Amino acid sequence: MTPEELEQIAEDERAEQGKYRQRVNVCVAAGCLSCQSQSVKDTLEQEVTRRGAKDHCQIKGVGCMGLCSEGPLVSTSNGVLYKKVTAADSPAVLDSLAAEPVSRLLCSTEVPFFQRQKKIVLENSGVIDPERIGDYIEANGYSALIKALTEMAPREVIDEITRSGLRGRGGAGYPTGLKWSTVSKSVGTQKYVICNADEGDPGAFMDRSVLESDPHRVLEGMLIGGYAVGASEAYIYVRAEYPLAIKRLRNAIRQAERIGLLGANICGTRFSFRIDLRLGAGAFVCGEETALIASVEGKRGTPRPRPPYPAMEGLFGQPTLINNVETFANIAPIVRNGADWYAALGTDKSKGTKVFALAGRVENTGLVEVPMGISLREMVFEIGGGIPDGRKFKAVQTGGPSGGCLPSECLDMPVDYESLARAGSIMGSGGMIVMDESSCMVDVAKYFMDFCMTESCGKCIPCRVGTYQMHRILSAITGMTATEQDLKMLEELCDLLKHTSLCGLGQSAPNPVVSTLRSFAEEYRAHIQEHKCPAGVCGQPVGEPV
Amino acid sequence: MASYVAKPAPPNQDKRWKLVDATIRRQGAHPRGLIETLHTVQEAFGYLDAHALRYVAMSLRVPLSRAFGVATFYHFFTLKPAGEHTCVICMGTACYIKGAPQLLDAVQKDLGIVPGETTTDKKVSLLTARCLGSCGLAPAVVYDQEVAGKVSTAAVREHLKKWTVA
Repeated sequence: MTPEELEQIAEDERAEQGKYRQRVNVCVAAGCLSCQSQSVKDTLEQEVTRRGAKDHCQIKGVGCMGLCSEGPLVSTSNGVLYKKVTAADSPAVLDSLAAEPVSRLLCSTEVPFFQRQKKIVLENSGVIDPERIGDYIEANGYSALIKALTEMAPREVIDEITRSGLRGRGGAGYPTGLKWSTVSKSVGTQKYVICNADEGDPGAFMDRSVLESDPHRVLEGMLIGGYAVGASEAYIYVRAEYPLAIKRLRNAIRQAERIGLLGANICGTRFSFRIDLRLGAGAFVCGEETALIASVEGKRGTPRPRPPYPAMEGLFGQPTLINNVETFANIAPIVRNGADWYAALGTDKSKGTKVFALAGRVENTGLVEVPMGISLREMVFEIGGGIPDGRKFKAVQTGGPSGGCLPSECLDMPVDYESLARAGSIMGSGGMIVMDESSCMVDVAKYFMDFCMTESCGKCIPCRVGTYQMHRILSAITGMTATEQDLKMLEELCDLLKHTSLCGLGQSAPNPVVSTLRSFAEEYRAHIQEHKCPAGVCGQPVGEPV
Repeated sequence: MASYVAKPAPPNQDKRWKLVDATIRRQGAHPRGLIETLHTVQEAFGYLDAHALRYVAMSLRVPLSRAFGVATFYHFFTLKPAGEHTCVICMGTACYIKGAPQLLDAVQKDLGIVPGETTTDKKVSLLTARCLGSCGLAPAVVYDQEVAGKVSTAAVREHLKKWTVA
C-alpha cells in the first residue's frame, strides 16, 4: 500500500458514492438497533428496490448519531434528521427526499445538543458505514498512518503527540506522549500495544459507540502507536458484553489485513503489525492496567503493585503501551492535522475534546463530544436540555464508581481533569449521570459501594474487607438503624481505603461516599437523626418506577 | 525439558468439542489461551461444567484449580445451565436512577427467584447486568438477547407472563 494506492481507493469510493443522488443513513449502533433500526433499514431497502430507485438512492447503515433517547435515528442526503422512525415510516421518508421533510418525525439539529458539540473522535460516527473500510478511507482514513510511516520518524510521531497535549482518556489523564516516550525507550525483545476497551463503568458507553461506529479509527491509532514505540503485536481487550463491537472489530481487522494495512511490511516499510482481540469476561477490575494484562495472559484479573509500570514490564514481562479506545481514536486526527491544531482546543492543561455519555434524569440522553473546559451547566441544561418533568437538579455523577457526585454549586465549574479532581470527582472515562431530587444521595453512595464490593478482586485486604464494611454501614444508614458512631467509622474507612488499597479500584472506591458526605451531609444526618429519607427513596416499599 | 503430555480426548462425542479444539489449537494449546477457550466452551454449550473445565485444563496444561479460579472469578462465565429463556435486568447507574430496582423487585416477586437463579420448571433464568451500555434507553432489560429500552414494571411482567404460561 502506497499513498497513491490509498488515494486510488478513496477515489474509487468517491466515484462509487457519487453514483447516488440520494442517500438515507440509518443508525445501526447498539442504541438504535435495540429500537429495531435494523428493520427500518431493511424496509427502506425493500422500498427502494420496489420503486426501482436502487441505482440512485442508497440506504446506508451508519454509526451512532448521538441522540440515543430518540432512536431509531435516520438522516437523509438533503440534511434532514428524523427521530423515532419505524418501518412503517419508510415510504414517507423516501418521499421526502425530493419534497418537504416529514414534519411529525423531524428532529431539529439547530438545538444546543448538536450545535454545541465539537466532533473529533466522533467525526465519522453517523456518517460512514462502520462495516466498510472503503468508506473510512474516503473520509481521510489511514492517511495519518501513511503520513507517519512515510514522512515521520517514530521520534517525530511521539513529539507530535506530546506537543498536542493529549492526555489518557481512560480516566487518570496521564500525558499520552510521555507514556509513548517511556515505552519507546524501554528495552525488550518484543513490545506490545494494548487497547483498553473494557468499559466497565456503569453508565458509560462512549468506547462502545466508537468501536461500533468507527472501528478503523481505533485500529489506525493503534498502528501509529505501534510504529511510534516500536511494537509489532497488539491486543484489543474488549468486553464480551459488547457483541456488536466485537463483530465490527473482527470485520475491520480482516479488511485492513486484506489490503495490507495490517500484517507484514506495511506500505513497503520495515514496520509489521498484528492486532488480535481478547475478550473480557465481566470483571470491572480488569480496567486497571496490570489486572488487564493478567487477563490477557489468561489469568484471573488481579492487579499487582506498580512499579514496574507496564511501560517497562507489561504483557509477558515486555514493555507494553496501554491506552484507552478514545485515546487511540484521537491519534489519527492529531497526526493528520498537526499538534498545534489539537492544542488550540480545550483548556490550558486539558487539551482537545472529550466524549461523554450523558444519561440519567435529563431530557436528551446520548453521546456528546464537547471541547474540554465547557461548564457542567452547559452540559446538563443546554446540551442535555435540562431535567424532565419540571423537577429540580440535584447532582451530576461523573467517573462511575470511582468518581463523585457534584452538587448544584459546582455547575459553573469547567469540565477538565484538574477542576473535577478539585471538586472531589474525576473525569473518568466519560460517564455523566444526572440526578434530580427523586434520588437519595445516600442510596446512590450505597449503590456504588455495592458495585465496588462485588467487583473487588479480593487480593488486598483494605479493599476486600473495607468495601464490605462501608457497604454494611451505608445499608444501616438507608435502613434507618445507623448511629453517629457509624458515620464516624464510615469517614475513617474512607481514609483507610484511599491510602492503603493496592490499586485504583480500592483507592477510589470511597469517592462516591466522600463526595456525597461533603455536599449532601444533611441527607446523611436526616437518615441517622430523624430516621427519614428526604428524597423518599429509603425505607419505602418498592413500587412503580417514576 | 518439558515432558510430552498427550492431548486428552474430549469428554464425549458431542460435535461442539470440535469448536473448542479449534480454539485450543489457535492458542497453541498455551496456558494463556485459557480465557479464550472458556469463552468458546460457554458459547457452544451455554455454560461450563466440571467435565468441560477438566478437559480445558488438561488440554492447556494448567492446573484444574486455576481453570476453576478463572471460571469463577469472571462474572461472564456461568457454571450452571441457563433456563429456556433469560431475562437480564441492567443495574447500571442510569438504569438504577430510572427505576431498575423496582423492575428487579417485581420480577423477583413474580418468579420467586433471585438473580443468578433459574425457575424450578427451567423456564426462565433471571440475571442482572453491570451495564449494557444502553444508558440512553434506561431502564433496559434484555429478553433472550434482545434489548428493550424504557421498560416499565407492567411491561416486564407482561413479557415474563408470556414465557411462563406458554
